[in-house]
Amino acid sequence: MTALPQIFQDWFTARGWRVHPHQSALLKRQNNPANLLIAPTGGGKTLAGFLPSLCALSKDGSTGLHTLYISPLKALAADIRRNLQTPVADMNLPIRVEDRTGDTSQSTRNRQRADPPDILLTTPESLALLLSYEDAPRLFGTVRRVIVDEIHALAENKRGDLLMLCLARLQALAPNMKRIGLSATVEDPAALARYLACSPQECEVLLADPGPAPDIRILKTAEAPPWNGAGAKYAVPDVLNAVSLAQTTLIFINTRAQAELFFRALWMENEADLPIGLHHGSLSRDARDKVESAMLAGKLRAIVCTGTLDLGIDWGNVDLVIQVGAPKNIKRLVQRIGRANHRYNAPSRALLVPANRFEVIECRAALKAALAGDLDGEPRGKGPRDVLCQHILNTACAAPFDSDALFIEVKSAGPYSTLDRREFDDCVDFCATGGYALRKYDRWRRLVQNSDGTWQLRDPRASRAIRMNIGTIVGTETLAVRLKNRRGGAPLGEVEENFAATLTPGDTFLIGGEVVTYKNIHEMTVQVTKEARRKPKIAVFAGTKFATSTVLSARVLQMLQADDWPDLPFHTRKWLHLQRKISRMPGPARMLVESFECDKRQFTCFYGFAGRNALQTLGLMLTHRMEQDGFQPLGFVSTDYALLIWGLKQIEHPAQFIKREDLLEGFETWLGGNAVMKKSFRNVATIAGLIDKNFPGRRKSGRQTTFSSDILYDTLRKYDPHHLMMQITREDALAGLVDFGRITDMLDRFDGQFEHVVAPHVTPLAAPLLLEMGKIRIRGSAEEQLLADAAEAMMAGAGLS
Amino acid sequence: MAGYIFSLNDARLTALPSGALWWSHRGILCVSDLHFGKSDRIARRGGALLPPYETRDTLERLETDILRNNPQTVICLGDSFDDLAASEEMDAEDHLCLTSLMAGRNWIWIAGNHDPGPIGIGGSHKSEIAVGPLHFRHIADLAKTAEVSGHFHPKARLSAKGRGMSRPCFLLDNHRLIMPAYGTYTGGLRSDSAALAALMEQDAVAILTGKTSVAIPMPR
Repeated sequence: MTALPQIFQDWFTARGWRVHPHQSALLKRQNNPANLLIAPTGGGKTLAGFLPSLCALSKDGSTGLHTLYISPLKALAADIRRNLQTPVADMNLPIRVEDRTGDTSQSTRNRQRADPPDILLTTPESLALLLSYEDAPRLFGTVRRVIVDEIHALAENKRGDLLMLCLARLQALAPNMKRIGLSATVEDPAALARYLACSPQECEVLLADPGPAPDIRILKTAEAPPWNGAGAKYAVPDVLNAVSLAQTTLIFINTRAQAELFFRALWMENEADLPIGLHHGSLSRDARDKVESAMLAGKLRAIVCTGTLDLGIDWGNVDLVIQVGAPKNIKRLVQRIGRANHRYNAPSRALLVPANRFEVIECRAALKAALAGDLDGEPRGKGPRDVLCQHILNTACAAPFDSDALFIEVKSAGPYSTLDRREFDDCVDFCATGGYALRKYDRWRRLVQNSDGTWQLRDPRASRAIRMNIGTIVGTETLAVRLKNRRGGAPLGEVEENFAATLTPGDTFLIGGEVVTYKNIHEMTVQVTKEARRKPKIAVFAGTKFATSTVLSARVLQMLQADDWPDLPFHTRKWLHLQRKISRMPGPARMLVESFECDKRQFTCFYGFAGRNALQTLGLMLTHRMEQDGFQPLGFVSTDYALLIWGLKQIEHPAQFIKREDLLEGFETWLGGNAVMKKSFRNVATIAGLIDKNFPGRRKSGRQTTFSSDILYDTLRKYDPHHLMMQITREDALAGLVDFGRITDMLDRFDGQFEHVVAPHVTPLAAPLLLEMGKIRIRGSAEEQLLADAAEAMMAGAGLS
Repeated sequence: MAGYIFSLNDARLTALPSGALWWSHRGILCVSDLHFGKSDRIARRGGALLPPYETRDTLERLETDILRNNPQTVICLGDSFDDLAASEEMDAEDHLCLTSLMAGRNWIWIAGNHDPGPIGIGGSHKSEIAVGPLHFRHIADLAKTAEVSGHFHPKARLSAKGRGMSRPCFLLDNHRLIMPAYGTYTGGLRSDSAALAALMEQDAVAILTGKTSVAIPMPR
């Protein structure tokens, strides 16, 4: 049935709605094995996804589960369930719609497995769990359609990889299942279509009308932005003004710590008493729910938030998006602006607020790119194998499997379409025996092979631990923060354990917009009291540090080549002209390297424009070499556009340090001992099932039941360096924080061309780096020294030396 | 090769950065809580299949300490094996390495709570031993003094200039020394836990292990 049944036509008409072209287009193509619909928010995208199912169910009814809907957020699944009730009730359709997430009660879950609804709305993790039960074939054998919502977001990380493997599993259980992906704007729709498709079958792309171009401007401020920093405090009065003129505003800011600080800064000047909320990942569930409900009820004028609100319920009344701090990538900016598109045919409004003078240039470049539709995005590599290992174990929980059949099934998943047999077998070996060079675990293996060649769990009881480990989100070690002497009640939020370790009684920090004073740690909880007086120490939340994208970096570099910049504010223009006068302007053809002296230190600045992660990696490598060659580097700092290194000795020929071959040579040894690798290893080992997930409350307050993953990493590095976990870790780290690909790209771009300028003093473009936080001191013997000094002081203080 | 030198009941001892204790006057090297065979025991009980190299790694470090100091006597202060089965199932290669370390030395195994019975490997087996002014046993006894013990796997946490660091450590006061766990894959108990705080006096120090030995007031 590819035309809309009359009853639906009548329903649309009764509501005063027209059927959108993309809704009828999707309906027409519903018999494709896979469709990808790219549409802006508010355009009836979700309804478009469900129409084929609703129409089919209205005509034929169903026996068992017919349609699965997957979304990355629990809240979204719940919201869609409420929304679908409207057409179902209005048209009196005999369709049962239910949601199932981590929040669903145990009794409901049991009932859903025994007596499934027609349409089930769920999350990727819940789906993976359902597929791990023995009754999965019975439950899913009747599925005809699967709808993946916000697929652009899922495709960016391991959650999407696991989901695609689950879809491949579903396809094996229900061969006639058809797929629909719903996505926001992306830079490469064809790649996303291949991702969703049941390889080698095709997936058709449908592009909905994107609506009118967004109205993006840079916020005009009374004060000029400062030289450095990420806070944007200077813009507070102007932001408050913009909020007062709009109905409801989302204020996006890059990190949780900055969100806390900005929220506080807003309230300090909020004389009009505008109701403004705060929302980020480290606040307690309670606090976040309160803000979300208030938003839904229209009680808030603005929310200061991080990326946690990038996805979510479509709040109809958001009409302004403010991005504080230069956007790191254009695609994310465009998707965020889409959140303000509450009415399909009205332009979305957005204001950019640069946090410092260089960001003014970045904001201007981002604005131009967004208007030109020039989106960026790093192509995602092959599907990571730690996720594959988990999937193999999850599959074994449900039933014995044949490795030939499973290999073909896994290859049908987009991210794994180029997997080769050897790589797959290594994963099976890891799951079965741990995959060690020292074959020790034959007796205690996790998987055994039967006489018919199929693999199964040696001990069925192992499935319990495997199921508890399902998922690809690995938390960092955090501690809950609670008010002292308050028994029970919700915690204020959580902080990283590393941050908690640096606190001494009396220290103050911000959480949930309140200043609290640290008292002590009791039973894995940070106990605090409320303290309004002092200036807070910043809470350090770990989080991914997004680097400026290659497209944006290139645009900024290009902008700098102009003779003048009439559309930039006066202070920024003056600064750039001064840079030309004292030094040179960095350019794309040759890498600018500046040398200057300041405060008896010798500085070298490399204008790589490769993003902060790549430049930080470069900094670590260069200083390592400099130390070996006797140049005594003391420290370095990197931003998205430059790397500044300082030391005692002047470097006459800095270009020698950036020779491609030399860098690559030193890289492997350097990479092995790196802290970044250990961090990646912990994630990889947890996802693959080597280490158990660290649930809060599972850690005993006294003796540890698990030990640090660092020890496992060091042991493997020493005795089994080519182990599967080490291979996967390397791939993971290279792509992530290390960003080594961007270093080689940068070197290729400049192709050995350098321009070395010896400046009489600090140059305008280098100056902000000197003020930048996050300077890295060179280790070597530094940490032991730190330790020895601190120890000595403590002993003396205690009268023990 | 730095170490922290101190006195316990007039015995002059050195806490090595590796976590071993060296009594040069008597040529005694003491290590505690080796936990050989831990990965095997975990696998046997249906737990994770961890990299099975910890026994070899512990032996390599022990070999380094032995070659460097050349002790006449080595005291292993309990929980040398993760359980009885581990001692019986030791890898042939690891077994050979261990016996070569034992050759020509007095080797004393003190019984721990994980490996309480006699072990089928050479050397002498005792529940505790007195040597000169000191007593060596697995678990500290608050009623006793001049004692060297293990069992608790102590570790100390300190922060310096915003960086938090945690290291296995010795705990020392006028009456006793509690050794850090020497084995790879041994977790740790924080020095500010109730059990350790109760055992040690107010002016106790924690001697950190790592690249060098450094002492700090015991964190409580």
